[in-house]
Amino acid sequence: MTGAGGGLVLRTEELKTFYVLDAFGTEKIVKAVNGVDLEIRENEVYGIAGESGCGKTTLLKALYSAIEPPLRRIGGKVFYVRDGEEIDVYSLGKEEKRRLRWEYVSYVPQGSMSVLNPVKRLKDSYGDFLESHVAGKTRRGTLAIAREHLHQLGLPPKVLSAYPHQLSGGMRQRVTIALAALLGPRIMIGDEPTTALDVIVQRGVIQLLKSVQETLKNTIVLVTHDMGVHANVADRIGIMYAGVMIEEAAVERVFEKPLHPYTQYLIDSLPKFGDKSLKQSAPGSPPSLAELPGGCPFHPRCPHAMDVCVQKMPDIVTIGEDHKVACWLVEGDRDGRAA
Amino acid sequence: MGALLEIRNLRKDFAFGSLLSRLRITAVDDVSFHVMPAEIFALAGESGCGKTTTARLILGFEEPTAGSILHGANRKGRRRKREKVWFTQGVQAIFQNPFETFNPLRRVECYFFETVHNYGLSSGRKGAETLIDETLKAVGLSFREVSGRYPSEFSGGQLQRVSIARALLTKPSLLLADEPVSMVDASLRMSIVNLFKRLRDEFDVSVIYITHDLATAYYVCDRIAVMFRGNVVEMGGVESVLMSPRHPYTKLLRASIPEADPSKRWKARISLTDIEHEEYLRRGCRFAGRCPEVMDVCRETVPPDVDVDGVQVKCFLYDEATMRTKGREVAADVG
Amino acid sequence: MRVLRDLFKDYRFAFSFTILCLLLILALLSAFSPYDPTFWWHATRDLRPSWTHFLGTNSKGQDVFWQATYAVRNSLIISVIAGTVSRVIAILVGMIAGYRGRLTDRVLMFVSDSFLVMPLFLIIVLLAMLVREHMNLVNLGLLLAFFGWAWDARVIRSQILSLREREFTQTAILSGTKTMRLVMKEYLPFATPLIFSTLINNMAWAIGMEITLAILGLSNMDIPTLGTMLQWAISYQALLLGWWWWLLTPIVLAIFLFVALYWLSVSISEYLDPRTRIQRVGAR
Repeated sequence: MTGAGGGLVLRTEELKTFYVLDAFGTEKIVKAVNGVDLEIRENEVYGIAGESGCGKTTLLKALYSAIEPPLRRIGGKVFYVRDGEEIDVYSLGKEEKRRLRWEYVSYVPQGSMSVLNPVKRLKDSYGDFLESHVAGKTRRGTLAIAREHLHQLGLPPKVLSAYPHQLSGGMRQRVTIALAALLGPRIMIGDEPTTALDVIVQRGVIQLLKSVQETLKNTIVLVTHDMGVHANVADRIGIMYAGVMIEEAAVERVFEKPLHPYTQYLIDSLPKFGDKSLKQSAPGSPPSLAELPGGCPFHPRCPHAMDVCVQKMPDIVTIGEDHKVACWLVEGDRDGRAA
Repeated sequence: MGALLEIRNLRKDFAFGSLLSRLRITAVDDVSFHVMPAEIFALAGESGCGKTTTARLILGFEEPTAGSILHGANRKGRRRKREKVWFTQGVQAIFQNPFETFNPLRRVECYFFETVHNYGLSSGRKGAETLIDETLKAVGLSFREVSGRYPSEFSGGQLQRVSIARALLTKPSLLLADEPVSMVDASLRMSIVNLFKRLRDEFDVSVIYITHDLATAYYVCDRIAVMFRGNVVEMGGVESVLMSPRHPYTKLLRASIPEADPSKRWKARISLTDIEHEEYLRRGCRFAGRCPEVMDVCRETVPPDVDVDGVQVKCFLYDEATMRTKGREVAADVG
Repeated sequence: MRVLRDLFKDYRFAFSFTILCLLLILALLSAFSPYDPTFWWHATRDLRPSWTHFLGTNSKGQDVFWQATYAVRNSLIISVIAGTVSRVIAILVGMIAGYRGRLTDRVLMFVSDSFLVMPLFLIIVLLAMLVREHMNLVNLGLLLAFFGWAWDARVIRSQILSLREREFTQTAILSGTKTMRLVMKEYLPFATPLIFSTLINNMAWAIGMEITLAILGLSNMDIPTLGTMLQWAISYQALLLGWWWWLLTPIVLAIFLFVALYWLSVSISEYLDPRTRIQRVGAR
């Protein structure tokens, strides 16, 4: 099993990034990431789950330090752990950040067209890439490296002579993943890499991610709202709701014994083959990140809400080995479900 | 037979290109199925399989190249051109993106009042409001909640309910739902999907549920037709088709769905095709390029529709005549 | 009104709105003018600005200030007629071509494109020369309108073409809405900022054309407009003789008018832009 290394590769501390919007005099603050503490380990696939609008994409942007107005970092830090040393990402200069990008941490976005240059053939994109990060190689040398890399990942090297639009969506996504893995980064961040793809193609892309991780023995942070994908590929999962992490555990634990009421609703409502019994959604709808309720953000919808839930944000409690929950219900009860 | 809707040998070709090089793609090829009253029928498949085109043909937004679409009582051959089936046949539709379904610059109630006015459902403002309120209550909302608000003021789940309510105003007998929950958050999907079940049970509404999400289709639908590159490759009861798939494509599809259960992870690796557009132009079975059990005849001739225990499968592996000439047994029933 | 309040937060709108109000007041003052604008010699000529004649008098013996009130009024009338009539034509052509498509679209766009490639200026000059006697305010406005719709028709048409592909068109169709009503109710709100800003731009263009025609001597010189005032001043050598009040009045007024119209169009079209409008809608 992975994650056995135990060493950290990325850490965040009380990370807060908000969108500050101003439209004709009315100011709106969207608290997309509202105090997130993460510890992501070496050699694991860490999945971040949550519905749309919970802040997971913003969290990824913050992890990748791609923060631009109107998104602003209000507080907290992000550390990359390299050779045992912690690097505060937001205190780095531009050149140092550029060095880290793609060599230490790389990013696979949802739409692959935003990574690949649409007017260049793939071999030129790959070539540019390698040239700017690996010194002293000729164009032919870089091409050979690219070909070998694709071959190792099981992709046909002939795609190098194509333009991005000539490839199918699935192939483009796989080529982008290959590009992200080219320089052997320690962290690969994927933002809904398979959401727009067909089922069979999705399987191929996920399998590619898995094989990249197994080969490089690095960390993959995968964001998707599809719990099935998480079940298939993640080692640990963090559930995000309204800008905060409400539960984090090994993937089996999350599916078997979810502790937070929201996670329980989520797992219960997943349709399963062979099971035609009635499934229910969580009542109500998620809050707008611009108008968060006080205290625990889930309390308006929670059937077990108590007074303290309305007033204070729950602290994060660790249960057993590695199971973290942010819920007032779980304080005293360390074993069973909070039902 | 009492079918609500019958599709016979439906075909739709699209032509691309200029005068010099025209490419003809058959998006829907010889598709036949029927929908009974008070039934949820799934049209499932990946992108490019023709399910959305079929929906547009049923609604009348496109003209079929060949074949017929017969609604309920009108069983006499082809429809008159430009028939507005939403008026004449009680067919309505719900779309994938609730935020695109409504004009972001107009209040959502405008569509309700327009529908009431255009279909002559009620007279006067008061009567219209009562009717709209009733319909909204059926989907779990009320007129008070909806009145005066713009689409951006709702969440995705709520807005999709509003969209369903609009479709229900005219008391349709058939609802076409094109990926109705794919843009709704996972935690809210079930409430909308359960709503479809209620519509079937309490209001006798039939739903053609178009989706690529087989897990949800399994949960909500009664019968299912799996489409691939314009053909219906397997059709039957949803329990049968999805729990014991027979067609090699259905098997592959079913196996590729990531199940929400860590103990059921994928074991085998698959290889993907790069030749999507070629598959449209194949002479024989469209899946022949990727099928693990392909035979020569598959590449030459379009397979026949064979009935296997109540499930219709478009595959030579189940055709007795063909298998006998090969000296093989018809494929076993259990996928 | 709340809308006006929001708009006033934009300094450009505040400035241009104030200027236009002032100019409008100036134009309305023309109703109280003690002098008939077409008569000459009702005052001593070439007097400097004084209390009896706020902006002095010109070489034709007319009070410049009261002439200017008429000039502003007439120029505004011409531009309003030109702007609104050409909008109406552009909207009709653009919407019909966009929604109907196919043959109707082709024919209408052919006509519109012909207007675009024609050397407008030359043709306007030619026509102006031909109908010089009948060239009153309204006719000039209509003439300019006739040539000012082509570009915007095409822009509106593209807008309609893209809107036709959006899903809410299907929703409206399924709600039973007929074509004309659909186009008016569903698409027009999207086209409004376009129409508004082009209206104002068109008005500015009309004023510019009017001034140009006047300087070329092609409009009716008896009717005071910004252009004709300028033309008289030039032909009487006001610059050389140092009668700055006569020369500068139409120029300064015209500059203010152009800047105000431009800023008005920019600020209003930003306000009406569907993207910011949608943002605002939620923040109500």
